[in-house]
Amino acid sequence: MVNEESLTMNLLTVSPSPHITSGESIPKIMWTVSAALAPAVIFAALHFGVPAITTMLVGIVSAVATEYLVQIIRKKEVTINDGSAFLTGLLLAMCLPPDLPWYMTASGSCLAIAVAKHSMGGLGYNIFNPAHIGRAALMVSWPVAMTTWSKMTTQVDVVSSATPLNILKQQGYAKLLETFGGAPNMYKAMFLGTRNGSIGETSAILLILGGLFLIYKGYVKWEVPAVMIGTVGLLTWIFGPSGLFTGDALFHMMAGGLVLGAFFMATDMVTIPITRKGQIIFALGAGVLTALIRLKGGYPEGVCYSILLMNCVTPLIDRYVKPKKFGARR
Amino acid sequence: MKSFHGGVHPDDSKKYTAAKPIETAPLPEKVIIPLRMHIGAPVSPVVKKGDTVKKGQLIARSDAFVSGNIHASISGKVAEIADYPHSVFGSSMSIVIESDGMDAWAEGIPVQRQWEKLDAKELAGIIREAGIVGMGGATFPTHVKLAPPPDKKIDTFILNGSECEPFLTADYRSMLEYAERIVTGVEIAMKVLGVNTGYVGIEDNKPDAVKALQDAFNGTRVKVVALPTKYPQGAEKMLIVMLTGREVPSGGLPMDVGTVVQNVGTVIAISDAVTKGIPLIERVLTVSGSAVKEPKNLLVRIGSTFADALNLCGGLGSELVKIISGGPMMGFAQSTMDVPVIKGTSGILFLNKKDVNYGKESACIHCGRCVEACPMGLNPSMLSVLGERRLYEEAKEEYSLLDCMECGSCVYVCPAKRNIVQYIRYAKAQNAIQAQKEKAKVAV
Repeated sequence: MVNEESLTMNLLTVSPSPHITSGESIPKIMWTVSAALAPAVIFAALHFGVPAITTMLVGIVSAVATEYLVQIIRKKEVTINDGSAFLTGLLLAMCLPPDLPWYMTASGSCLAIAVAKHSMGGLGYNIFNPAHIGRAALMVSWPVAMTTWSKMTTQVDVVSSATPLNILKQQGYAKLLETFGGAPNMYKAMFLGTRNGSIGETSAILLILGGLFLIYKGYVKWEVPAVMIGTVGLLTWIFGPSGLFTGDALFHMMAGGLVLGAFFMATDMVTIPITRKGQIIFALGAGVLTALIRLKGGYPEGVCYSILLMNCVTPLIDRYVKPKKFGARR
Repeated sequence: MKSFHGGVHPDDSKKYTAAKPIETAPLPEKVIIPLRMHIGAPVSPVVKKGDTVKKGQLIARSDAFVSGNIHASISGKVAEIADYPHSVFGSSMSIVIESDGMDAWAEGIPVQRQWEKLDAKELAGIIREAGIVGMGGATFPTHVKLAPPPDKKIDTFILNGSECEPFLTADYRSMLEYAERIVTGVEIAMKVLGVNTGYVGIEDNKPDAVKALQDAFNGTRVKVVALPTKYPQGAEKMLIVMLTGREVPSGGLPMDVGTVVQNVGTVIAISDAVTKGIPLIERVLTVSGSAVKEPKNLLVRIGSTFADALNLCGGLGSELVKIISGGPMMGFAQSTMDVPVIKGTSGILFLNKKDVNYGKESACIHCGRCVEACPMGLNPSMLSVLGERRLYEEAKEEYSLLDCMECGSCVYVCPAKRNIVQYIRYAKAQNAIQAQKEKAKVAV
């Protein structure tokens, strides 16, 4: 008689080709992107102190918990270990003011995961960047808290509690320079991150380092951040405050959430076009919209909205921008 | 040299057998010779149960031009003609021959022939009689490929020595050991086609094979070219564009750009058929993989079973989980070891757990790696999604479904472990069924 063990031993796996894979996986991608954020996260913890740490923890924990609950309720496989909810929670927190009340952070995170991600069908099906949906929702729900910036713990010479873009919008470029004590000081602060702003957006250099790591890993195409940041720089330089070609491009390229957004949000694979060409169009559009909002809009910053708006047209771009087919020319 | 777009770089895993000379397998006790070993019209047996047959004797044939004769690979008695497992089609009518241990040649084989004295027509006839088909795996009848329709002007012959599938080293060893027969086979094929330009394309991870053939082809019209190592360099379209710069048009064949491509094993078979009168009854294949004790390159008779091959390689060294006929990128997984080697079996892989991925498929995350990897410039992500949603016609009309050659590069890189190629195969099959239905409707 054949016992069960010998039966299973004789069974062979029969599956379609190919039979080997590269070992690439969704968790690997999500955790690698999270790791690429680490330098900026550590800097934020030092720069903004406990409030920032608390906000990031609340963002992450509530995102992961929401995903867990949604999947249990919908009787779906629980995928909280794949790192995608972790990443959404972290990215959202990085776009928030450091000392936002915890329940606001939690609401944003919860909404990002439950509505922006799972109501669409979960990972891979969402149209919009969940973290940015969370931020946009918080912006309309608690506009005052979302634009209130307390003093930083480490920076003593910057007395203002506003972000550089706020100062620029409300008080003008001269006041901006005066606040930082001259252009070189300002650029240095923007580059290193010793300025006010959302938790994870301040240090251009650390975000760029993380972004370069992702480009090296092949998770990000260099054209996306280059085109988006370049477009913002070009447009803000052309349409300067005192006539054509008088804008401070360098300031704009490092200000607000642009570096964070260009490297980590405009490159979110799920919500951007699939082809290189399509992604460049996406980045160009996001850059134009960001510059437009900053220069002409009511808000001082436009990265979040511009990326969300471009998310809308991603399927359209994919429909018309196809890869170059082999043998298409007869 | 700039490579073609896309492609992937899997570990080539050739180290297990690259240094091992081709070993001639001992005479098998019986062979199972499937009647389906070629693309084209089916063949019918010309022997019956109980008949005595000799090695090289014709045992199945067809009058159709696009077909492939079949010959006995051993001498002995026809034990039965019945349905047997098949490595590609699941099962096939097969002629089973029990060996008489004599391994005696049929009358008139082998012969000594000077191929130079034969004209193109005679050569083509010999190749057709010998039942030679594409031995890289496609099994398209060689004499058909060498007789393009008159409106297709062929000017270039290409020998495919890329062997881009991981693990396989059969062509590599053949290039080192059978260089002379390869030269003869190529010269014959070029004479049949009446072309004066020839190329041999070999991936640059096989520098000694490049050197061996460069020496062997020295002073001929044939140029041996080292190509960048990248899967699927051995796909005809990739090979042609790299060697000649010509892009086979969508839906077209190599002959549409004036080229004919043949595999290393095939030209060796051409040489043997023409110069020695020996039909295609044996082939070189690689037996490898993590579960094999002693991986080898073997010269085996057509119809030997995978189990025979495994026994010659010391049996299993670890727990067997998967058997693949062919390479790991495009080969076929088997459910039994009792399948026979056919004319297109380039390798047999026995894999243990370590080499088999049980990745669970999830939704596409749109990462675009498949788009970057696709050598045909398609959008595999979209094709898999359309397949999943049963939008077969849209896949064909808007996303060039039929241009996919199923090389598997997209699945290889997919982090969501989607069975993209399987969705595509299914969508192609559904389109074919639909086309048939419409045809039937018109007929009514």
